[in-house]
Amino acid sequence: MALNTEFIGRTYPSTEPYVVGREKIREFARSLGDTSELFFDVTAAHNAGYSDLVAPPTFAIIVSMGAAGQVVFDPELGLDYTRVVHGDQRFEQRRPIVAGDQLTCVVSVDDIRSVAGNDMITVKSEISDVNGEPVSTVYSLLLSRGADSA
Amino acid sequence: MSMIPEIQVGFELPEREFTVTRADLIKYAGASGDFNVIHWNERVAREVGLPNVIAHGMFTMGLAIRLVTEWLGDPTAIIDYSCRFTRPVPVPDNETGATLVVAGKVSEVLENGTAVITLSATCDSAAVLGKAKALVRLPA
Repeated sequence: MALNTEFIGRTYPSTEPYVVGREKIREFARSLGDTSELFFDVTAAHNAGYSDLVAPPTFAIIVSMGAAGQVVFDPELGLDYTRVVHGDQRFEQRRPIVAGDQLTCVVSVDDIRSVAGNDMITVKSEISDVNGEPVSTVYSLLLSRGADSA
Repeated sequence: MSMIPEIQVGFELPEREFTVTRADLIKYAGASGDFNVIHWNERVAREVGLPNVIAHGMFTMGLAIRLVTEWLGDPTAIIDYSCRFTRPVPVPDNETGATLVVAGKVSEVLENGTAVITLSATCDSAAVLGKAKALVRLPA
């Protein structure tokens, strides 16, 4: 049940913009129990020099994993999502994401490997704003546990 | 509300405990859009060989960085944040859930006003994050 290595090196077209909403930021922050006022209070965000509410540091995963769906849910790849766990994760942030951002994402498949019966895929997501300025680069290694691994 | 003393290599951030319940995972699933059934359906989780429903790796990662951002008093200070998920966090179906213990240490202070914080996160004394580190901008 190995993954299709023909996916290595594939780059996908830029996604339609993900519009970052205030309530999504608040919901995400609340789900993590993170109470920083920059996530909730627009005036506080303005006073800190931001145009709107700031998103928590790992918020970019919403955009990157949403975009990576075009790879991981592609039947041609052969990934059984119930057997998937997260292996590695990295965020390089050029600037914080703020409400009102319209973020596009270019997804590429950096690597596919098989180690000890587990298949691994590394997906890179380059997130940019409407001006084409880079916002965040997100690397996710997903691991599909082999059928005999508990 | 930062309480930063002199930041130097070796400084240990105050350790914190976070509780992770099934309800937390449901909320995080909705907030993040990650509806993988292994994070909410015990039957399926066990069928695929997991010990129980497990927390989203990203939930653990999102909690762990709070140690740093709340210590710095600035959630925008994170420039780079990475980790490996070394072990799942099983979350039992009860009121107490799982307990995540997060610790951090300043491992590098750089010339340009940034620093590297290495993090550890354990559940039942077993490391659930590996090579976790954050490059942060220090308060001016």
